[in-house]
Amino acid sequence: MNQIAISILAILFAVPLIWAAVTSITPSDEMLTRANPFAVSHPTFNNYVAAWQTIPFPVYYWNTLLIVAGVLVVQLLTATLAAYAFARLRFLGQSLLFILFLVQIMIPPDILIFPNYTIMKDLHLIDTKWAIIIPFWASSFGIFLLRQTFKQIPYELDEASRVDGCRWWQSLWHVYLPSARPTYIAFALISISTHWSNFMWPLIVTDSVHNRPLTVGIAIFAQSSETGAQWGTVTAATLMVIAPLLIAFFFFQKQFVESFMHAGIK
Amino acid sequence: MTRHLLQVFRRYNWKDNILAYALLLPSLIFLVIFTFYPMIKVLDLSFYESVMNERRFAGLELYGHVLRDEVFLKVLRNNMLLALVTVPVSILLALYMAVWVNGKLRGRSLIRAAFFYPTLIPMIAIANIWLFIYTPDYGLLDKFLGLFGIEGPNWLGDPAWVLVSMMGMLIWKESGYFMIFFLAGLQVLPKEIYQAAELDGAGPLRKFRTITLPLVMPTTLFVLIIATTNSFKLVDHLYIMTKGGPNNASNLLLYHIYETAFSFWDMGKASVLTVILLVILLVISVFYYGYLDKRIHY
Repeated sequence: MNQIAISILAILFAVPLIWAAVTSITPSDEMLTRANPFAVSHPTFNNYVAAWQTIPFPVYYWNTLLIVAGVLVVQLLTATLAAYAFARLRFLGQSLLFILFLVQIMIPPDILIFPNYTIMKDLHLIDTKWAIIIPFWASSFGIFLLRQTFKQIPYELDEASRVDGCRWWQSLWHVYLPSARPTYIAFALISISTHWSNFMWPLIVTDSVHNRPLTVGIAIFAQSSETGAQWGTVTAATLMVIAPLLIAFFFFQKQFVESFMHAGIK
Repeated sequence: MTRHLLQVFRRYNWKDNILAYALLLPSLIFLVIFTFYPMIKVLDLSFYESVMNERRFAGLELYGHVLRDEVFLKVLRNNMLLALVTVPVSILLALYMAVWVNGKLRGRSLIRAAFFYPTLIPMIAIANIWLFIYTPDYGLLDKFLGLFGIEGPNWLGDPAWVLVSMMGMLIWKESGYFMIFFLAGLQVLPKEIYQAAELDGAGPLRKFRTITLPLVMPTTLFVLIIATTNSFKLVDHLYIMTKGGPNNASNLLLYHIYETAFSFWDMGKASVLTVILLVILLVISVFYYGYLDKRIHY
């Protein structure tokens, strides 16, 4: 009974993706005439070809990759250092600073689109990839997640490495980083999907093809085509945008779900 | 006082202090530039009206305009309504999914993936797909309703239906995300209590009500906060699906800020709207840290 109910719910959740996949291989002359929206009489990859030829995908993919990597690499560094400080050092104003850091979880830079736009303008960074990347270089969510994990690592391990003559950065490298691997994977996947998906902020701070990410690119493309005949191309383009995320999730699913469970987010 | 301070200072190891601040500095720099400074800056900007590239001090005048503006009130009402419906519904759905997905099920990881994938993909992509699902007559939803001889309304074109349609989509997108948090919360529940309850002959419903529900309360409160703040943050779909229309029936606060700032270039009003959104989010966080934090053990 429950097996049936939950399975139906899961199918319901999967339907939009399945339908999008079917639509993306439906030729445009079948699109509006078909009675069953899941039936395709002549499946075709033409929609993908058309989308690839209309949208400068290579540029957009490259931009998105640069943005995602540019955010993640620096985030990992800043979050690791800050998380170590919060987890293992005692210092003046610790709890006050921690609360200040947590404010960013409630008020991320995305909310502050207007003032941050004026700041980017003052910095002369409008229409650069830097404008998309830099505001996210500090991630309170990452700090919070890593701090939880670091706190669970037995202090004796840390002390043992100190006795062996390790300096703090050496024990961070040899003890904390390897133990926190699942948390790093969980955080990396979240960060990648967040910045792969980011739309409003890049839309505001860029206005040329060579700086735009995928999301802004396909949004502009989708806006220019509203008739049913073009559904095929739009869904094909949309699937090309989300495919890398779905593949990454598929590969890391087990690790991802498990690390979330062990990361102490409760 | 001074002696007390001195005592506090002595308790701290100075090397640790310097190291800690050095480690926090990189994060702190970006936090200050892109979170704290903009918050102060936008508060300052909200007191000025900009007319033809000139700034005129307006005090609280702009706040008066905004608070009496019918469009703003409508947008605020939409956002509140959206939060009031999507937050509880998606949390309950997430809890339901988590409880079953945590147990023994056939095709468990496939089912988990089906619930979670909407969280992962961009809102812009979701909007593209759901725009077609909601299309009258040809769309997937109307085709499905057609099987039962029901003629659907104009989901995105009818002011009475557009917000409801958006709610459905957002619940679909968000529930899987919250499910993961509940799944994490359920993992740490002690198995012995369930075994003892089973010995007493407790059924699944009673076990859920008397054991699971009270024990996942901290998770629920945490998810509640994320869900509430998210309901003020998720706006990308409006750009694709409705542009806030028809007649602002689907418009939300952040999208209204975007339009005010970048379509109408009304700096003063955009600042006032941002300040109001910040106040709403800060009230939620104060509630969180002041009230809920005492009930959650990190």
